Amino acid sequence: MEENLLKTCLYDKHVALGALMSPFGGFIMPIQYTNITDEHNAVRHQAGMFDVSHMGEIFVSGPDAEEFVNHVFSNNIAGMEDGKILYGMMLYPNGTTVDDLLVYKEFVPDHYLLVVNASNIAKDYEWLCAQAEGYDVKVDNQSDVWGQIALQGPEAEKYAVETLGLAPAAELGFYTYYRTDDMIVSRTGYTGEDGFEIYASHEVINNMWDTLLAAGVVPCGLGCRDTLRFEAGLPLYGHELSDEITPLEAGLGMFAKIKDKAEFIGRDALVAQKEAGVTRKSVGIELQDKAIPRAGYPVEVNGVQVGVVTTGYRSISTDRSVCVAMVDKAYTELGTQVEIRIRKKVFPGVVTKRRFYETNYKNR
Amino acid sequence: MAKTVEGLYYSESHEWVKVEGNVAVIGITDFAQHAMGDLSYVDMPEVDDELEAGEEFGAVESVKAASDLFCPVSGTVVEINEALEDAPELLNEDAFANWIMKVEMSDPSELEGLMDAATYEAMCANE
Repeated sequence: MEENLLKTCLYDKHVALGALMSPFGGFIMPIQYTNITDEHNAVRHQAGMFDVSHMGEIFVSGPDAEEFVNHVFSNNIAGMEDGKILYGMMLYPNGTTVDDLLVYKEFVPDHYLLVVNASNIAKDYEWLCAQAEGYDVKVDNQSDVWGQIALQGPEAEKYAVETLGLAPAAELGFYTYYRTDDMIVSRTGYTGEDGFEIYASHEVINNMWDTLLAAGVVPCGLGCRDTLRFEAGLPLYGHELSDEITPLEAGLGMFAKIKDKAEFIGRDALVAQKEAGVTRKSVGIELQDKAIPRAGYPVEVNGVQVGVVTTGYRSISTDRSVCVAMVDKAYTELGTQVEIRIRKKVFPGVVTKRRFYETNYKNR
Repeated sequence: MAKTVEGLYYSESHEWVKVEGNVAVIGITDFAQHAMGDLSYVDMPEVDDELEAGEEFGAVESVKAASDLFCPVSGTVVEINEALEDAPELLNEDAFANWIMKVEMSDPSELEGLMDAATYEAMCANE
């Protein structure tokens, strides 16, 4: 095992449960406890819990906080209500992606929480600090002190309220949260199901994990976190988004407010790209065969490569071989016939939407 | 410790070979199926494919990964196990009872380069 990998506050729990552990985003993380299919189905049909303590929590506050966050964030936080959450990206000036993240508007003026990908914490923090010059803001990376559990699935609310005693959770709408002095509970997730992400101290998170486990919530590893988010059409940084991919190419233009906002880093590049038209775009592809398309496999038309798979699986919830791929614009219309090269053979596929599973979010 | 079967030949890439006259019956080992977890797809060659020893001939796939298969001996594919097309989990249930393909060997002396059960077990113990 590589020595420089970080452990989350729940590491000992994973080892005690016999999880298969593997490096992810600089951390040693549980991939699965039993098997990916069973854990995936637990989240789709009952409830599962994930250790997502590796995610980063960066707090931004100060008189210029709103202006600064809106400068670095692609979505529009102007006038955002307390307790609301927005998804979006931080972009480089050329429009490619530093990271995708959630912005939480805190319950005090001029305070925001940015939740970023584990693999990008250091890069994001440095990026934010560099951009903060000239703004009266404090950028505070608290990733080391917060643990996080994602409680996901149709029964998540029941466990949050009855097992954890988090009564206010039942009143939360999708992409809103409440907080106490030492805990944040948001109705968010990365699975396509209803659920909560709970941020608290390492000690509180450990106690919560034990309580949920004793109540029958299924511990779920990063293996099924990826199959779940993939089916729900949610991007993963490093695959569907990266420092070489813009939100427009990723099909996430609705989270980059080039009309509503006069300025944010990367905006000019996106405006130019939109005017010129993207040359490639992220699409879904479904194969007729059972062969499984994987990240990196070529997408071809008449033997010529026109794209590359960014994530692919034999979808557990739909039992279809499907993938998301970045494909030349000419081949992105729904229904377009393409082929995917899997080892020595090519398999016919058809372009589809990127979401393969109907999501079950809770809207209030 | 994953189980092995005496009397078979084993490759470093975790295939087993059972010799039936001039035909090599080829599958993956229990160690391999265990390392992969629940299998969801077996990519098999086609009958009449000609393979060189060490050549990739297909893959076994779990939810999370594909693992290439390498042909331990040179020859021509004479039969594939079509039952695996609809039931890849057979390899999880019994990796030695469920073969993947049969190859008519062009150079049976290549078998000498493979391992016996004890040597293979020792190799797995170090992985």
